Amino acid sequence: MTFQFILTIISGIFISGVAGYLGTLMLSKKMSVVAGPLAHLALPGVALALIYGFSISLGAFPFVILGAFLIWLLEKRTKLPMENLAAIIFASGVGTALLILPIDQAEEALVGNITGITLPETIVTIILSILVFYTIKKIYQKMMLMNIYEDLAAVEGVNISLYNLLYLLSIAIVVALGVYLVGGLITAALIAIPAASAKNVSKDLRFYKISAVALGIISAISGIFIARFINFPTGPLVIISGVVLFLFSVIFRKRSF
Amino acid sequence: MLLEVRNLNVTLDKEKIVENLSFQVAAGEILTIMGPNGAGKSVLLKTLLGFLPYEGDIVWHQKMKIGYLPQGLNQLKVKDFPLTVQDFFALKNFIPSSGEIIKFLHLVGLGKDTLSKTAGSLSGGQFQRMLVAWVLISHPDVIFFDEPTTGIDIGGGETIYSLLHTIQEKEKLTIFLVTHDLHIVYKHSTSVLCLSRKGYNCFGAPKEILNTKTLEKIFGTEIKFYEHH
Repeated sequence: MTFQFILTIISGIFISGVAGYLGTLMLSKKMSVVAGPLAHLALPGVALALIYGFSISLGAFPFVILGAFLIWLLEKRTKLPMENLAAIIFASGVGTALLILPIDQAEEALVGNITGITLPETIVTIILSILVFYTIKKIYQKMMLMNIYEDLAAVEGVNISLYNLLYLLSIAIVVALGVYLVGGLITAALIAIPAASAKNVSKDLRFYKISAVALGIISAISGIFIARFINFPTGPLVIISGVVLFLFSVIFRKRSF
Repeated sequence: MLLEVRNLNVTLDKEKIVENLSFQVAAGEILTIMGPNGAGKSVLLKTLLGFLPYEGDIVWHQKMKIGYLPQGLNQLKVKDFPLTVQDFFALKNFIPSSGEIIKFLHLVGLGKDTLSKTAGSLSGGQFQRMLVAWVLISHPDVIFFDEPTTGIDIGGGETIYSLLHTIQEKEKLTIFLVTHDLHIVYKHSTSVLCLSRKGYNCFGAPKEILNTKTLEKIFGTEIKFYEHH
């Protein structure tokens, strides 16, 4: 096992774990699709990174964060649903990317580059993952209440606007990290699939969260190993592993509720 | 006196929703707010909660802890979601102990076994009862109850209103109730506040308000109300 492979496994575990955790919250808000548009928004950043030869995450971050901030601001101003705004943002991302993305080098942007991750990038990934994990943990209960009924959260004294911003920033960071692992096209799956499988097999909130994180990590590890042995791109195999686990969860679905 | 509202005006998107409204509520009263759709009943509650900007005076004479059961809190939101009743109570600002939750579930007529059921698997009536317990567990002094699903059968021959009435007597609460149901108004409230879309409003005891003439003014069409004795 090479050092590079260990870095790949470690960052894969952190990214997929936090993505799975975030997914449980996004599924409750019926917002899993929002991650997709945000990831597509990373594409122009990735394109710039490819053209000027710097790290793709460095390119992706500012665009995704800007996208999240724009959605937050527009939601406050227009009261349009978040997923609707995300669709608008998505179109601008892909549109811009198609104009400037060098198509012959596009593979990295589309399917990720986790097997080429460097040590500093791994360290940053670990720190950001822990930071986001902690933030989500802090806002989790109140976000859930907001998802059920916003006014109820307001009466409990929740600063709704601040929570929404923290939530979107968390999504943005996870998406930018996800672009590394699986690329800009299928990042949403990294967030949506573990939560969906976990929901199938859970009856209470605690088990739902734990199983989503576990399923995310299992799909990352198996995807990375399979990719190494059959010499295929890693990103798609991580997602396919997740889909296989999802199919199992459908079979073992709890029928008791 | 617990609450005094003087010359309250609420304007949303340049439209006057509440106009020159004045009323008072004393501790332990049940105030019913009635009026047709769009008359500003929910807006009034939200204004009193401090969610909306207003002109005029809203004076709470003591620091009040307000519990709020909003309109349209739909069970569909939690349908099929892995959220047990205990999880649902843990979404509050403080996390109540199982013993405490069971005590309040009991108060609204739900058994201990409800605790581990998912919120989505409860019947509509059980879900409504659970919400009442959810509000009560914070020990509010005042409860705002915005149009609980009308006609919902919460079982045991009890309506959500009589449940509230019982709890109000036990817990010494003040209740603000929004409803369309005139018979409920008559049976359960100490005072009535009526709102209409035309800026006309009235305030008084149920007997003063609930006559055909006033009701016509509020609802516009001819509504007959037969007094119960």
